[in-house]
This record gives sequence, C-alpha cells and structure tokens, in this order.
Amino acid sequence: MKNQSVINNIDWLTVIIYTLLVIMGWMNIYSASLPAEETSIFDMSQTYGRQMLFIFLTIPLIFVILSMDAKIFEKYSTVFYILGIISLLGLFAFGKTIKGQTNWYQFGGFGFQPSEFVKTATALLLAKVVSDTQVNLKKFSHQLFALGVFCFPVMLILLQPDAGSAMIFLSLIFVLYREGLPSWYLWTGFIGAALFILALIVKPVFLIGFAALVMIVHYIFNTRITRNPIIYGLIFLLITGMVFSVDYVYEEVLEPHQKDRINVLIGEDVDMKKEGYNLNQSLIAIGSGGWTGKGYLEGTQTKGGFVPEQHTDYIFTTVGEEWGFVGATVVITLFVLLFLRLIKMAENQKTKFSRVYGYCVVSYLFTHFFVNIAMLIKMFPTIGVPLPFFSYGGSSLWAFTILLFIFIKMDANKVNEW
Amino acid sequence: MRKILLPGLIIASTVLIIARLFYLQILDDSYIKKSDNNAIKIVYDYPERGYIYDRNGELLVANQPSYDIMVIPREIKNLDTLEFCSILNITKDEFLKKIEKAKVYSTRLPSVFLPQLNKIEYAAFQEKIRKYNGFYIQKRSLRDYQVDVGANIFGYITQVNDAIIQKNPYYKSGDLIGMQGVEQTYEEVLRGVKGVKYRQRDRFNKDIGSYKDGKYDTISVQGSDITLTIDIELQKYGEALMKNKRGGIVAIEPKTGEILALVTAPSYDPALLVGRERSKNYTALYNDSIAMPLFDRGLLAEYPPGSPFKILTALVGLQEGVIDEKTQFLCHGGFSYGRGAFMRCHCGSGVRDLNIGIYKSCNAYFGNVFKLTIDKYNKPRFGVNAWSNHVQSFGLGNFMGYDLPPGRKGHIPTSKYYDRWYPNGGWKSSTIISNSIGQGEILMTPMQLANMMATIANEGYYYTPHVIKKIKGHQIDKKFTTKHVTTIDKQYFKPVINGLFDVYNHGTAAGLRVEGIEICGKTGTAENFTKINGKRVQLTDHSVFVAFAPRENPKIAIAVLVENGYWGSRWAGPIASLMIEKYVKKDTITRKDLERRMLEGSLQFEYDKVTSGQPFSINR
Repeated sequence: MKNQSVINNIDWLTVIIYTLLVIMGWMNIYSASLPAEETSIFDMSQTYGRQMLFIFLTIPLIFVILSMDAKIFEKYSTVFYILGIISLLGLFAFGKTIKGQTNWYQFGGFGFQPSEFVKTATALLLAKVVSDTQVNLKKFSHQLFALGVFCFPVMLILLQPDAGSAMIFLSLIFVLYREGLPSWYLWTGFIGAALFILALIVKPVFLIGFAALVMIVHYIFNTRITRNPIIYGLIFLLITGMVFSVDYVYEEVLEPHQKDRINVLIGEDVDMKKEGYNLNQSLIAIGSGGWTGKGYLEGTQTKGGFVPEQHTDYIFTTVGEEWGFVGATVVITLFVLLFLRLIKMAENQKTKFSRVYGYCVVSYLFTHFFVNIAMLIKMFPTIGVPLPFFSYGGSSLWAFTILLFIFIKMDANKVNEW
Repeated sequence: MRKILLPGLIIASTVLIIARLFYLQILDDSYIKKSDNNAIKIVYDYPERGYIYDRNGELLVANQPSYDIMVIPREIKNLDTLEFCSILNITKDEFLKKIEKAKVYSTRLPSVFLPQLNKIEYAAFQEKIRKYNGFYIQKRSLRDYQVDVGANIFGYITQVNDAIIQKNPYYKSGDLIGMQGVEQTYEEVLRGVKGVKYRQRDRFNKDIGSYKDGKYDTISVQGSDITLTIDIELQKYGEALMKNKRGGIVAIEPKTGEILALVTAPSYDPALLVGRERSKNYTALYNDSIAMPLFDRGLLAEYPPGSPFKILTALVGLQEGVIDEKTQFLCHGGFSYGRGAFMRCHCGSGVRDLNIGIYKSCNAYFGNVFKLTIDKYNKPRFGVNAWSNHVQSFGLGNFMGYDLPPGRKGHIPTSKYYDRWYPNGGWKSSTIISNSIGQGEILMTPMQLANMMATIANEGYYYTPHVIKKIKGHQIDKKFTTKHVTTIDKQYFKPVINGLFDVYNHGTAAGLRVEGIEICGKTGTAENFTKINGKRVQLTDHSVFVAFAPRENPKIAIAVLVENGYWGSRWAGPIASLMIEKYVKKDTITRKDLERRMLEGSLQFEYDKVTSGQPFSINR
C-alpha cells in the first residue's frame, strides 16, 4: 500500500520532461554518429546502439530507486559520501588516463566515471549537514564545514585533473546561499571571476584605476556608521594583487589548452584549424541551422563529422543544425521547465533535507546545461561537461537519472512525512 | 531574495542563450555560407562547345580535349614541391607565384593552376594526382580549327577574367568564354549550359554522397552547332589575295544580307590562340601596333570612301529631282564652285551626263549635282539634312547591328555638325562640296561600303549584314530578316546601275572585265594621312573598289580596300573582280596572270616607308 501511494504521488511532469529529453538525446546521437551503411539501431558497435542499451537499463534503475525506502538516502548519506571519496582516491591507483585526465575506471568494454556519482553523494551529505539543526550557516566555522563537504571532492577532482567536473560542484554554493550563507561569498566569487577575465583583456592599470574609482564612490555614498577605511584599503590591495597575479596564473598555472580556450573566447587571434577549430565548427553547425534547421539526418556539418565529439559534449550542435532555432528553443525550454519545476518541488518539501537536496539537483543540472550550451555558442570558455540526459555516455546518463529520481522519490514520499 | 536567486539566474541565462542563438541562427547568415563551403563541393560538368560550319556545311571549328590542373590552396597538404614541379616542368618560383595568385582569388575555391595540358602531360600528371592533395584535373574542351583562316570571324576562346566573373555569376574562375567574332556573339548558344552537381563531403574532404539526393543538381546542356553565312572557299581566297597587303574585303549576298567573306589583312592563324601558348601568342599579336593583326579592318577601319560615294550623290540628286538621267554638265578639268574655289577633275574634260559622269568618275559632274541638291532648299541646313537623311537610309553613319563586334559608325554629317564647326553660320553648299565625291566629312567602313553596294544591287533595300545562317534548335534573330528600305525610289537605281556597268565597259575598270559575268562597280582612291613624330604626313592613297555582280539578279556585293595601294583599279579592282569570279563561277580563275600578280604582289615597301625613318615620296 505504501509503494502504491508513492507511485501515485510521483511528479509525472518531471518524469515526462526527463523522458522527452532522453529520447531527443538519443535521436540526436543517432544522427551525429550515423555511419554510411545502414545498421540496426541496436548495433552495439555504434554509439547509438550502446546508448539505446544504457537507456533501457535506466528503467530497472528507476524502479529500484523508487522502491527504496526514502529514509535510506538521509541515513546512509555519510556512507555514500565516503564510498564516493574512496572511488575518487582509487582513481589515482587504478584509473585510466585519457587525454591527460585520470577520471575513468575501465571494466572490460565499459568505462565508469566516479565523479558523476560523487555528485549525488555530495549532494546527499550536504543536505544532511545543512539540515542538521545544530548547523547554523551564519557561523563562520559552520560555513567552512559546509563548504568543505564539496570542496574536498573538488580538490580530488582537480588533481585528476578535471576542471569541468570540479566546476559543477562549486555550483552548490547557490544551495548554501539559499540556506543562509552570507552573500559576500557569492560576490567574492563573482568579482574574482570577472576580474580574471577583465585582466586578460584590459590593461592592469586601467582595471585598478577603475576599481579604485568604484571604491571611492562607494565609500562616499556609504552612509553606514561602520564604514572603515582600513577595510576598503585591504580590499583594494586584494584586487590589485589579484589583477597582477592574473598574468602569472595565466602564464604559469594554466595548461596551454586552457589558455587556448580562453584566447578563443576573448577573441584573440587564433588558428581556426587548430585551437579554434572545435568552437568554429560548432558555431558553423549551429549558425547554419536557420529558423527550422536542415532537417533530421540532413545536417551537412553533422554528416560530414566536422564537429568533434559531437555525440558527447557537442550534441547540442546537432540540435542547432538539424532542428534550427525552433528546435533549439524547444530543447532549452524543456530544460528550463524542468529546472523551475524542480525548484518549485524543492520549496514544497516538508523536510529541510529534501529541500536542500532538491536545490542541489537543480544547481548541478543547470550548471551542466549552461556551461555546456554556452561554450558551444561562444559565451563561455570550452569546458568539457556533458549535457544532462542528452549527451552520449552510460555513467553520465545513469548518474543524472539516479540524481533526479532520488529527488522524485523524496518528493513522492513527502505525503508520508509529518 | 534568497529564493529567487537560482530561478532568476536560470531565466536570465536562458534568455541570454536564446538571444545568442537568435543572433547566430537568424541574424548572422555567414554561417550558412561557411557550412556550405565546409561540406558541399560543387562539381561542374562542362558540355562540349557547339561546332561551327560554313554556309556549304563544311566543318570549320570543332573541339579537342584539354586538361586544366586546378588547385584549392587550403587543401594543399604534404606536397613534394620538387617532384611536383619537375613533373609539370615548371620552376619553384613559378610554382610559388601561381599558388600566390590562386590564393588571391580564394583559398577555398578552385582556380586554374596550370591550364590546358596536352594528352602526354596529362598522362604523366594523372598517375600521381592522388599524392597531391588540393590539386585535381578539370577536363575542358578547346577549339580545334579545321581551317587556318577566318580568325577575325571566329574570335577566340579565353579564360574568364575577374571582371567577367563579377558581372556574370554563371562564370567561375577557370571557365572559358568566347571573345570577339561569333564566339562572343553566340557565346550562350555555343557554350550550352554547364551542369552542376552538389556533392557532400566530410571533414577529410571525402565524398560522402550527393547533397539532398541531387535535388539541386542540374544536367549540362549541350552547346548548339551554328552554321555561318561565310563561304569558306571565298574567305580563303580573299585572305590569300590580301597576303602582304593591308586592308579588308567584305562580300555580302545582296538579297539576304548574308556575309560571304570578311577578310582583314594581316590576320593570323586561329590555332595560335589555343592551348598553353595562347597567352604568349596573344600578347605578340596584341603588341604588333604597326600591322595590327587583331584589328578587324572590315569593321573597324573608317576611311573617306572617295569616288564610290558618288553613286549616292547621284541617287540623292535624282530622288530630289534636281537632275534627271539626261541632265548635262560641262567639265573643264574641274568644277568652279565659288570665287577662287576649284575642284580638280581628271576625267578629261567634256560634256557629262549621268552615265558618263559615273563611268568616268567626273568630279565636276557630282559637284554640280551635290550643289543643286543642297541649294534646292532655301537654307543649306535643310538641304544638308535632306541629303543626310537619304544617305543614312543606306545604313551609313551609324552602327549597323551585325552579329559581330559592333565595329565603327563611320560618319555622315548633318547640319548640326556644321553649325558646331561654323557657330556663326555662313556655311553653304560650296563649303561642304567635298562630300559630293566622298571626301570631306564622310567616313565609311568597308562593311558599310559593301552594304551600300548590296542596297544598290537590290535597287533600294538591304538586310542587316550578318554571319549567322542557322543555329541548331534556335531561330536566328529577326532583325536579320527584316527589310530596310531606303528613301530612294526604285526607278532611280536603273540609270545608276547602268553607269556602274559601264565602268567595266569603257570606264575606270575597263581592264578588269570577267568573261561571262556582267559586273557593276566603282573605283575609288582615298587620300590618307598619318602622324610621324607628331607631324601630319600624307601617305600613298588607299586603293578602293566596290562592285556587285551579276547585273541581273546579283549574287554578290563586295567592297575591297587595300591600304596605300594607290588608285582603285591597281589593287582593289583586280582583287574584287577575282573574288567575284571565284564566287559566281565557282570554278578556276581564267585570268591566271592577274591572279598570280595579286597573290604574289606585296605592298610591304609602302608600309616600311612609315617606319623607315627616311624621307619618302608617295603615289608612285
């Protein structure tokens, strides 16, 4: 009887959007990797064949999650987290290195990327920590503890190194903000990132001069009694130091390919055959779509294989080319509907644990979505993250499915909460 | 506030993404082009150019295959330049220059690297083509001339230049186009329409099938064969007769306006402008500013026509009613047309009527006629305009509209012209009296002279001269079958034609009679000048002759002009009579001595005078 009530209370809109995205994803993967000869759509030597298998395997996965006791996730969140950390540590011993990144386990024919699942575990632990009545995010030590929950895996992932995945974890800061983290954390992060980009484009002298001007104006109009010239001075010193260290970071810390990606974005003169190739081909594919696209399986960029990795990180270029502006907008709208729906569900949760977890899910999915699409249309540096539910890959599909359906299960179970 | 950060961020960034997509996909259409360049390769299928036949069905111009090496600069990869150059027998410098030139045109569109390889060169290159990424071979067809005459009629084929590509999107770099002659006039008919195939290719430039299942592909349309009105035997004969002389011959069939022969001398073998030597040969011909072999004298050379124009003076006089057949004037070694103004005449004084006036070419007679014509009107302006109007109705003083390069207009003055020269008025018939004998302000091309004779042969009408007889599968332009009628009534032509006939019987061409053919003709001698070191110098007169034959039911009207040949019956007359005999009798020439004299005669010594730098005398 309990199970039945769960099924009845599932948020079907979310499930329908999920299903639509997965199906559309597969169709585009099929187009992006269609070989010259006709083969079966179940052909396991082809990416679309394997993706079909991955999709079928999500069905038992979903059933298992939905039939589990909703309390398990909270209860064992620490265990999941520790298992996740161990799997990340294990990579350094047993992982497979591809293109300089050690973020895969290889089991026979299939690969497994633990960081995808660590996201879920981290979200669960973070929800548990934040929902703990002892924890107050106004307190500095508690803030550090909460941040530590996801900064620890971020460190391990950066060592792989996999900047893209690490970045996704950082989006959990939005969740903490929702739960009471002071806003200067966000501002510091935002200003820091903005300064970094600006420092690469504008001469340091101008940037520092501009910062000084802004601060002087702020000081003059700051009517609070607590305004302290020393704090202003310190912040100014910090900014100056940051601006001048950007060059150092850029030249010494960033890998050449990361520098290229930033150069491409800020419009430096780059070779369209080398470092600029991916982005250029991506723009051509999307840009040539027009209003309604070239038609399904008719994309010349897609068929000619001009866009590299098109079935994984670049899958949205197929949408843009073959379905045009209309198709791309439909897909984006589906995603946004999903996000807003999830936020609404999170706000409706009866427990803080499930609300925080819900926010974590939205933060992850949205960051993936934004970083992935923005990089294809030259709004963001090229960072390899998959498009949730769309991109080819078993680990990523299952990880996102688990992440989402745990929340769906929690949401369906809220009738049993009191 | 804390609750709306995430949804706010989601919506804001989504709006940004959609705006950016709208810009990329809708507003900026450069990506569509880039995508086409990336993935679609256009393959052209060039149809064979139409053949050209003469009026008797003899093949004049056919085709031979040729192979161009094309290059797409951005696709050149791992090229063994040394080997490549040695196969094609070019130096590395040439190679770099050609690549640079191709890049200037486009790095991603094909352009011609080396044009027109012959079969042997092609075979050697073909073996290795696989190794040379970025190069491929485009087969085209080149002209294969069956005769070594008629270059000025055929024109030539050349690669399109940038200006043409800009103007006409049909042509792409490396395409061929007809220039000059019928190759230009009938370019669209002869070339047909090239076929286009859109092929899709992948990022390795491998062909992966047709684009959209060939929805946009077109099939090539074969060029049409054309038949010219030229009689190639007559053309050959004319060019042979004009050897070592300069000038032109135009022969027209009066009753149709069909051009039977169009000779310019000196000319060149059309085969010179085919193949890899083309541009070298063309430059040599182009730079020959003294003999000017590319200058089609039949259409472009404007001369004062001299005596042949007297025929029109007579016809206008008759039409205006100022004379009749019997009107007589006295010639006393010239014509005194005003106080102290005297036009000399060499006809050997006496009483002249129309018939004698024509066959003796009496200047005094025609001076009188012209003066009466102009003075018939109360103001010279009206007289000149009436006269000019009659003369222009023979197709003079304007472009004739034939299907060859437009040539020159010639010049027939009107009152406006004289008003400009004499802004205070005061000009009258005596001022412009030289027009009566084809000097003065009148200019005509040999084509116009020939057409004038055709009109007289037809007794008052002509068809626009043309070289096209038939186009396979098409109609020829209607303007070539539209009759142009002159302002002179038919009845006035008979007495004039009789006079022209008597030119042969007992006039200036009495020595040029042809057994069995009644020829009507008129000699002419045109004064001409050139500039040597900035000084105006008179040269030996041009020898001019116009004629039509036979008198009854004329088959050919002809104008011959031999530069610096002195009087009309010295060179132009004999050549005209030989041409007529050749065309009308269709068998061997009876007057072998005359023929040999014409074929072997050279006027080179006259032409050398100008360039010798030595003082010289003329008209000997």
